[in-house]
Amino acid sequence: MAKSDPNAPRRLALIASKGTLDWAYPPFILATAAASMGWEVGIFFTFYGLTLLRPKLTAAVSPLGNPAMPMKMPFGPEGFQQISWPIPQLIMANVPGFNALATSLMKLTFDKKGVAKLEELRQMCIDLDVRLIGCQMTMDVFGFKREDFIPECKIGGAATFLEYAADADVQLFI
Amino acid sequence: MEVIKEDQVLDCSGLLCPLPVVKTSKAIKSLEIGQVLKMIATDPGAPADMEAWSRQTGNELLRATQEEGKFVFYIRRLK
Repeated sequence: MAKSDPNAPRRLALIASKGTLDWAYPPFILATAAASMGWEVGIFFTFYGLTLLRPKLTAAVSPLGNPAMPMKMPFGPEGFQQISWPIPQLIMANVPGFNALATSLMKLTFDKKGVAKLEELRQMCIDLDVRLIGCQMTMDVFGFKREDFIPECKIGGAATFLEYAADADVQLFI
Repeated sequence: MEVIKEDQVLDCSGLLCPLPVVKTSKAIKSLEIGQVLKMIATDPGAPADMEAWSRQTGNELLRATQEEGKFVFYIRRLK
């Protein structure tokens, strides 16, 4: 389908469907990078991704179901930091507080390596006029209200996103 | 090598993707058309990303070098 305006800037349309810390990064990173290149960007937050529009971001990470996640320590001597700890999934699943530990280790690792915080990336999106669209249907399913989300986002449905995505040069489901 | 005179310096040392690109984009908008931004980065992805960014934004990447283990870019604002 031809673009409705051939002179419009390039456009990126993203669907953010996951709310864990690891999966929250890709949409915000791609959105800020594309917007910095002068592209128009819209992100449709649906299902668990919708939580990324809450005023307070609580995204956590679980090594469970992510068997390829390197379990490395972000502190100590370099040799120690290089060790990928072979912790069986069965142990990770049963040790209380393991997800909280993994989350704080990942946040510490990101911070030390110079990765922006999720909150910072989201604010950059807002400053760069990225269109943030919360999924109305997900709100209804999980019992959220408009005021549960940041005022900068818009609320819309599948048709809202599809109309935006139809004119996009790049469309990604994350 | 010809000396390029920069009008502004942006140090992105220690920052990873997408921060060098985001900060460069912000900084270049504060320059006049024709002025030059010197950007310093340590992100190993920066050389490829700055080339792509320049192509996409229509600004001119005058030079990309390495100095003392850091990547140094000179970009002229064209748009």
